Amino acid sequence: MSPPPFEVALDEHGAVVMRVLHRLLGRADAEDAWQDTFIAALRAYPRLCDGSDVRAWLLTIAHRKAIDRFRARARQPLPVADADGPAPGTVEAEVGVTATVDLGGASVGLWSRVRMLPEKQRLAVGYRFGADLSYADIASLLECSPAAARRSVFEGLRTLRHQLTEEELPT
Amino acid sequence: MTTDALTRDLRAVDDAELARLPELRRNLVATADAAGLVDVAYRTVDSPAGMLLLAATDDGVVKIAFGGVDDVATVLAELADRLSPRLLLMPARLDTAARQLDEYFAGRRRQFDVPLDLRLSHGFRAEVLHELRGVRYGTTVSYTQLAEAAGRPRAVRAVGSACATNPIPIIVPCHRVLRTDGSLGGYAGGLPVKQALLDLEATAA
Repeated sequence: MSPPPFEVALDEHGAVVMRVLHRLLGRADAEDAWQDTFIAALRAYPRLCDGSDVRAWLLTIAHRKAIDRFRARARQPLPVADADGPAPGTVEAEVGVTATVDLGGASVGLWSRVRMLPEKQRLAVGYRFGADLSYADIASLLECSPAAARRSVFEGLRTLRHQLTEEELPT
Repeated sequence: MTTDALTRDLRAVDDAELARLPELRRNLVATADAAGLVDVAYRTVDSPAGMLLLAATDDGVVKIAFGGVDDVATVLAELADRLSPRLLLMPARLDTAARQLDEYFAGRRRQFDVPLDLRLSHGFRAEVLHELRGVRYGTTVSYTQLAEAAGRPRAVRAVGSACATNPIPIIVPCHRVLRTDGSLGGYAGGLPVKQALLDLEATAA
């Protein structure tokens, strides 16, 4: 038996892969990474065993593509703002301008803060809240223990909470 | 901000994230096609015989299936298994076949001029289908005559199953095969469809 038709895999998992990449990378990079993910998946697809967890397999490919993008971006000397938030490392991102208006809802600004977290926390928070993955699944993507995955999510949340709480205080 | 409020905001679904997904899917299919990564393309068409699913490999039309939405999933799973799971909705690759089927149902086409891929049929069944392609528009043959033409006059029952499992009905005209007494026999699309195709050809012939 082969895996399901690729069209079916796209129907069932195209959206969750897009959602998680969008949250991890911002729109422009997410669209490129989504294409890269599904082209790579299509190349390898006939070798996937029947009964494999197609969603987990696609998320593993997306995970590698996301990391490629983070690292490519880290090498760029001058970050360029993407459509839904300032690029990581820019002044606007540092001071949290995006948490306020113009960007299509509170969660957008919030996710641009997530994209400022250290890589492991960013990924862990992205998988936990972008794709509803269990700590065990996050652990296997990040190649760490479930306890370490849980800790990364917790640390990421703590940082975000501190940032947001500080902004709420009167100056 | 509380952790609960924060996780709620992080979980919030933002439809904007998925707004461009249909366009991205179209781009993906185009990129995959250019890279030679689409092994099987399919589309559906509406016809007087109901909805038809058409599928093609690089070699040509490989499958025509009758049926509704539920059947589509079954047919696609079978094609993935028997041909390749690199199977994508790609109407453009089947435009010519779809147009010719339209013309056929409108009584404006007697012969199909599209490449066929008969790999879903093997051995004697494939030989029967080869003979069947020579049965002309508006005419019929019996299962017995077809068995004789295929070189195995006693294999009438095997001819019946070759017709019943014809992967490309309508274009490979198994509807033109009747019992010796002139009754309809069987048809994958149902006997009313077989009768309608024969009536269409009798009227237009």
